[in-house]
Amino acid sequence: MIKKHMTGIHGFDLISEGGLPEGRTTLVSGTAGSAKTVFAVQFLARGIIERQENGVFVTFEESPVDIADNMIGFGWDIATWESEGKWAFVDASPQPDEVPVVSGEYDFGALLARIEHAVKKVNAKRVSVDSLAAVFTQFTESGIVRTELFRIAVALKRMGITALLTAERTEEYGDIARYGVEEFVADNVIILRNSLAEERRRRTIEILKFRGTPHQKGEFPFTVLPDEGLVVMPLSAMELKQKSSDIRISSGNEELDKMCGGGFFRDSIVLVSGATGNGKTLMVAEFIKGGIQNNERCLLFAFEESREQLFRNAKGWGVDFEEMETKGNLKILCMYPEVLGMEDHLIRIKRILDEYKPNRVAIDSLSALERVSTGKGFREFVIGVTSFIKHGEIAGFFTSTTPSLMGGTSVTEAHISTITDSIILLRYVEMMGEMRRALTVLKMRGSMHDKQIKEFNIDHNGMHIGKAFRNVVGILSGHPSSTPPEEMDRISGLFKE
Amino acid sequence: MQKYQLRLYVTGQTPRSKIAINNLQLLCKNELKGQYELSIIDVLERPQLAEDEKIIATPTLIKDLPPPLKRVIGDLSNKEKVLLGLDIIPPSELTHEEGAK
Repeated sequence: MIKKHMTGIHGFDLISEGGLPEGRTTLVSGTAGSAKTVFAVQFLARGIIERQENGVFVTFEESPVDIADNMIGFGWDIATWESEGKWAFVDASPQPDEVPVVSGEYDFGALLARIEHAVKKVNAKRVSVDSLAAVFTQFTESGIVRTELFRIAVALKRMGITALLTAERTEEYGDIARYGVEEFVADNVIILRNSLAEERRRRTIEILKFRGTPHQKGEFPFTVLPDEGLVVMPLSAMELKQKSSDIRISSGNEELDKMCGGGFFRDSIVLVSGATGNGKTLMVAEFIKGGIQNNERCLLFAFEESREQLFRNAKGWGVDFEEMETKGNLKILCMYPEVLGMEDHLIRIKRILDEYKPNRVAIDSLSALERVSTGKGFREFVIGVTSFIKHGEIAGFFTSTTPSLMGGTSVTEAHISTITDSIILLRYVEMMGEMRRALTVLKMRGSMHDKQIKEFNIDHNGMHIGKAFRNVVGILSGHPSSTPPEEMDRISGLFKE
Repeated sequence: MQKYQLRLYVTGQTPRSKIAINNLQLLCKNELKGQYELSIIDVLERPQLAEDEKIIATPTLIKDLPPPLKRVIGDLSNKEKVLLGLDIIPPSELTHEEGAK
């Protein structure tokens, strides 16, 4: 059984089920700008930072000075590591002043000797070679280059080094790499992609093969963070093993608690769907109020309104966000969804969850985020957020805006309805020249709930749920119509003995 | 005629190293008429020297003097290319030109 070598790259060790195959070379192939060099540097950097494993970086492309300068932003101080004997460069980058003349046969004996020398010098466990394509542009005799690179790969293996070789590819879905380099490092192949979908860049990583050792299959989204480097989101590798409790928590509204059979469950995710202005943000405010009253820590991600707007509106419903925040049990983060990519939003949310450790989290609204993402990206985001929340034993409260004023569903719901534990629908009801508001608990996993469609009002104390719309049908489909009371009596009597 | 200063980097005592050394010594004798200094460096013994000069391929021939610095890689079996790479005008051609005058 081949052992794995933990890389220390977030999420990667999960999808690779333990890291890179130990003592082997792994090919990392990607198009231009797919973060190959970052990956190669990060592999060594994590080794030095986390595991006291030193590394050798062989560069065929950028000069060592450029690499050190480019990577300092990630917090990797290569120059210091070099002086401390933890990092060694083997500089095989093209020298600007001269193009050597070739006369007769040659090999890469000198390069190999330099790599072996560097490995001994710093007692390296890890070697990164970046990038193989650049060798082929420096040396045009591709036959020689291929055999010589193969020799180097063999030598690294003999030395027991876990090595990472980067290679260029020209298309996102095509040959593994240019110049057929995969032929001599064919044991393990990782592909980094940076594809354009609906005008947005989407980075993914795929482990194509690890010979003789298991790994997760398929593409996983990743992002490159300024202070951390590559972060892989192991969405489908996440296990569905969250606990679920039967502890009830208050929704912040007594009447709604009653409708839900005594409140929401503590580790559940609630989705509120409704048209614009229907009372979704109000329910968020009440949900937070309920938490604060119970001495819970609450977190609100607002993607639709600014802080000022949000504070003013909440005050109108008798909820003082400002005071809650000063007392320290509430944190509100407002941001335009367009500011970050979906992956970055997800990672930001995860970090804040880890730092703040809330009992309740609300996101207002998911549909605002959906606006800036692709279908797949959004689905991954929702699964990711849900998983973080459930693992943290946090109560989640999401809102979603329906596109039409009356009735209808949003795509958001289609994506996440199976993940959420409870769904509450808010709808407008047009009756006798008046817009009234309706609420119903559509689904409540693991509990009895009120199935009626009830009317509610909003005033300076928040939401008040009243009586059921007894003689109106077609509210949810968006075509409400009144039915005379006699007809109602007749229908309700139909199933009686 | 200025003295040529040459360095040849090889990897151990391989047949290719020997071919390169033989070719170079022959060339020096015939074309440089003893006006040269040659040092041969084995990168297996002295890898740091290869690192300092950023040598990738072996054999590599470096001409330090007269300037400019020039590099030739390979076993030096193609004499014309070596001369071209080192900016050496073979004396045979010089005499030929003089003879033409």
